[in-house]
Amino acid sequence: MSTPHIEAAPAAAWKPPSELAAPPAPKRRDWGRALPLVGPILLIIIWDLVVRAGWIKAILLPPPADTLLTLINGMMGKALLPHFLVTLERTLMAFGIATAIGMPLGIALGSNERAYRSVEFVIDFFRSTPSSALIPLFLLIFGISDVNKVAIAAFGAFLIVVFNCAYGVINARKQRVAAAKVMGASNWQIFKDVLFWESLQPAFVGLRSAISMTLVIVVVAEMFIGSESGLGHKIIDAQQVMNVKTMYAAIMAAGILGYALNVLFLAIERRIVHWSGR
Amino acid sequence: MSEVINGPVYADVPRPAFRPGVAGTHITLRGLTKYFAGWPLYENLDLDIPKHKITSIFGPNGCGKSTLINMIAGLVPIDSGEILFDGKSLKDTTIGYVFQNYREALFPWMRTIDNIAYPLKLAGHSKAEVDRRMEELVASFDVKFDLRRYPYELSGGQQQTASIMRALAPKPEVLFLDEPFSALDFEMTLFIREKLQEVFIQTGTTMMLVSHDLEEAVYLADQVLLLTKRPTTVAEILQYDDPRPRTVATLTEPNFVATKKRSLEVFQREVRR
Repeated sequence: MSTPHIEAAPAAAWKPPSELAAPPAPKRRDWGRALPLVGPILLIIIWDLVVRAGWIKAILLPPPADTLLTLINGMMGKALLPHFLVTLERTLMAFGIATAIGMPLGIALGSNERAYRSVEFVIDFFRSTPSSALIPLFLLIFGISDVNKVAIAAFGAFLIVVFNCAYGVINARKQRVAAAKVMGASNWQIFKDVLFWESLQPAFVGLRSAISMTLVIVVVAEMFIGSESGLGHKIIDAQQVMNVKTMYAAIMAAGILGYALNVLFLAIERRIVHWSGR
Repeated sequence: MSEVINGPVYADVPRPAFRPGVAGTHITLRGLTKYFAGWPLYENLDLDIPKHKITSIFGPNGCGKSTLINMIAGLVPIDSGEILFDGKSLKDTTIGYVFQNYREALFPWMRTIDNIAYPLKLAGHSKAEVDRRMEELVASFDVKFDLRRYPYELSGGQQQTASIMRALAPKPEVLFLDEPFSALDFEMTLFIREKLQEVFIQTGTTMMLVSHDLEEAVYLADQVLLLTKRPTTVAEILQYDDPRPRTVATLTEPNFVATKKRSLEVFQREVRR
């Protein structure tokens, strides 16, 4: 069959003289990439001004330079780093447990809509209950232990993972399922070749909110469930003795941890669910 | 006493004896009934779809053109009736289906080539067999784009070409096409329409095409199946037998013009009814 396309234009096409003579566009510095820095710099400047002007007492808000120095020193030494790592470990452990149980369960529930409808209320109810409200309950079950902090964080994250995975499967594009069916795929093949993949994108949305939720609960648990380690413990400890520099440094460390986890998960998501949004 | 005193007062209506289609029939529909929300869409429809022919389906909006091929392809359950392919059930028949919305028909997590090979993997063919068939398909479609890319990296026309290749990969006995050109631009529509004609000349695969473009429906067809409004029945079946390959010149042939004119008359009569 002849191709309907017109092949290659004549070698040197005529161009209007103006185009040839056009001067090169003036070079401009590209400031666009620096824009995300504007916010933090502005915040630090305001912070510094407020402290210098004495609007807020130094005992409540230390100058930014001191705080950042405390943060850096702390993260390089024993003051913050071990606590940072303990919090990270608890968060990852809780998240790992939540994912390992929640993802398969969510996908299984999603592929059987009747099963999902029967437990939907329970999942929705506990998903809507602030997990921190359950801390006393978990205290009764697990006592004041390390397991407790991980368990309650895992519980909160688990519900989010189950919910998102189940909805991912339920809302899978009907046409892709139809396409597989018409090609003669069995129910199991439809599940592993279509439903599972379709659910990945909403599942990752769930995983990202789950990791944030895990960090929140772990830090809260470290604050209020007798604890010798972790950023939450460090924050409360520093506050009790009015060591504000350490307190702010620990808060910033927690912020950095949360932000880094989110960025990491976005990167993993883009890599695995490469078709997302296209 | 062996007599049943209060036996059932109703009796099951015996199924009518199966009436085979006319010679050259591929798909026989007998007593096909489908209700939508309590309203009949099809009631007791009998239909013979010829083998090695292209049947275009045309009719008023909402008369269930797509539903008809979806029922035959097993995507929409039927309320009652029987559909046989050369006397076999759907389970024992290899079919291909090309959707209107190629974006939601291909699997974006597989490379395009794996999408096309997917039905062969389902059928349990070996790697060597799959590779051989892929080579055949690529050659016969004269593919100019990179099949190792993911579907979302291709243009709409390329994606629909890949969809058609996927549908044809297992050498289906019947190919269903549900408005396969509606989401494409004009240039791509012409290109894929020609590809389809070429495939048909090569393989003679029985095809059922739903189209909303009458010219296209007639251009590709051996017979045009015109449907009525709901409850849907067959308004008329027009035979159109100009030789293939048909070209732009075909569009002005008296036979083509007459068939198109007749189709339009029937269509308008049915819409006004």
